[in-house]
Amino acid sequence: MLSLTRIVRSAGLAATLIAALAVSACANKPADDSMASAGAAAPGSQQDFVVNVGDRVFFESDSSELTPQSRATLEKQAQWLGLYRTYAFTVEGHADERGTREYNIALGARRAQAVRDYLAARGVEANRMRTVSYGKERPVAVCNDISCWSQNRRSVTVLGATS
Amino acid sequence: MHQANAGPASLLLTRRNLLLGAGATAALSGLAPRPAGAAVQLDVTQGNIQPVPIALPDFVGGSAPDGEVARNVTQIITANLRRSGLFAPIDPAAYIEKIGNIDAVPRFADWRTINAQALVTGRITRQTDGRLKTEFRLWDVFSAQQLTGQQYFTISDNWRRIAHIISDAIYERLTGDKGYFDSRVVFVDETGPKERRIKRLAIMDQDGANVRYLTRGDDLVLTPRFSPSTQEITYMSFGQREPRVLLLNIETGQREAVGNFPNMSFSPRFSPDGQRVIMSLQQGSNSNIYVMDLRSKQTTRLTDTAAIDTAPSYSPDGSSICFESDRGGSQQIYVTSANGGAAKRISFGEGSYSTPVWSPRGDAIAFTKQVKGGFAIGIMKPDGSGERILTEGFHNEGPTFAPNGRVLMFFRDPGGNAGPSLFTIDITGRNEQRVPTPGFASDPAWSPILT
Repeated sequence: MLSLTRIVRSAGLAATLIAALAVSACANKPADDSMASAGAAAPGSQQDFVVNVGDRVFFESDSSELTPQSRATLEKQAQWLGLYRTYAFTVEGHADERGTREYNIALGARRAQAVRDYLAARGVEANRMRTVSYGKERPVAVCNDISCWSQNRRSVTVLGATS
Repeated sequence: MHQANAGPASLLLTRRNLLLGAGATAALSGLAPRPAGAAVQLDVTQGNIQPVPIALPDFVGGSAPDGEVARNVTQIITANLRRSGLFAPIDPAAYIEKIGNIDAVPRFADWRTINAQALVTGRITRQTDGRLKTEFRLWDVFSAQQLTGQQYFTISDNWRRIAHIISDAIYERLTGDKGYFDSRVVFVDETGPKERRIKRLAIMDQDGANVRYLTRGDDLVLTPRFSPSTQEITYMSFGQREPRVLLLNIETGQREAVGNFPNMSFSPRFSPDGQRVIMSLQQGSNSNIYVMDLRSKQTTRLTDTAAIDTAPSYSPDGSSICFESDRGGSQQIYVTSANGGAAKRISFGEGSYSTPVWSPRGDAIAFTKQVKGGFAIGIMKPDGSGERILTEGFHNEGPTFAPNGRVLMFFRDPGGNAGPSLFTIDITGRNEQRVPTPGFASDPAWSPILT
């Protein structure tokens, strides 16, 4: 993970395609996703988005700042969403359980907004995007240590019905 | 000896509407008048309290079929007083005198022998119209004096409330503080795996009895709070649209949104007069505090920062609010006027502070404190001085005050696949007790006294 982050940093935002592919291949698989092989996903399908692009980005503790790794994933999301423009989608913001309930609701909203702003700056139409925060209410990983908390501090881009 | 029936003067003094159907109370005049000044009196302001040994023989059934409800009422009073940590009910097996007639003066020597300082006697008699007449007397064993005596008429379904009302009368007479037993708690019932937890609003008596579910679990619900009338609850609900603040009438089941906002609304709480709901509205990355007048529907913005301002709570006189904000970089507690304006930070200890809630007595603010990965419950004065931590560990959150301001309820979630439970603790930090709930439970909010 650390070396990948370094790669992304040195490559810079303009040339992240290779690094982003590497990231999505090893780091950004959703924890509870089906292990369908990448080849099985039809281009433009929801599965294609989840498996080949990566539907989620992760945050540092108590932060809504996009990491270089997150930016790389969102860059890919923006490209994909630019190709398949019929999708509307919701950006879900989530927090880990190490915060109080109300604050985590607001923190999740802040994370979703950060993703929304990034995608909008990359040309994704605002009227296709909606944000919602679940705070600490919907963890994907359940345990009492950092391996779970880091997976739960996330924003997930959930594709909706095609218009 | 006086008759148990109260004269007109004492009736006037103590009569109150109990909201119990045809409820009324009357004082029972003393059987053995003595000079004023009871020997048994608790000083509850001290941190280290020796619980008062108290004897609570089963209330007498006015007729044989009343025996069961009489015993049940006695058990509830006993449990309330024991759980308060201020009283030590004596094992009934030690009792020497058997109370058969509460209109006779007890044999105080028998109660002194078993070291009882206070004695409660009572009787329940079903009336010809089906109502229950409940009488009790509280005795000071050492001065051989009746401290208080009351009688209540109520429909028979309300026997639990009568037990709580009597508990409050005993508590108040012996501590000098108002009781808190005739009150309820609204909370979030949790079932199912953590990733897909089902949350329902539930309401119960403060002792965990009479649990009733107010929502079905279809929508995620959070942070319920009582109105001062105890008839309504405001809470956050995730429905089909934006997550938002709702109002629920617990008697009629009627539900309505508190305002219609383009983004998420959350963290609601009633004003002390019940006319307004204060809450957070999210706009982009920020959340600020707004108040909505429930009649005019007018919404007023109270904070305006590029930060997360949330968890607002009114002072009991309605003049100020406390809330949490990360405007300075980490969550801290701030106090401002109920009309908004400049806010003053009051929390300055190590770590961060959140979920502030103002005591109904006005003299304290309780909070959740995060430091070194732990989550503590504490209290401080409204000016930020006198901070005290009451309980620590992983993961305590969300205190709510009992109506008399002496006890806090909060939830503790050990994390992982386990779930949260409710606990109470005295504001002195003593007497932590788990509150029985049918399943996992979180986000408790204590009602005002019901009467």
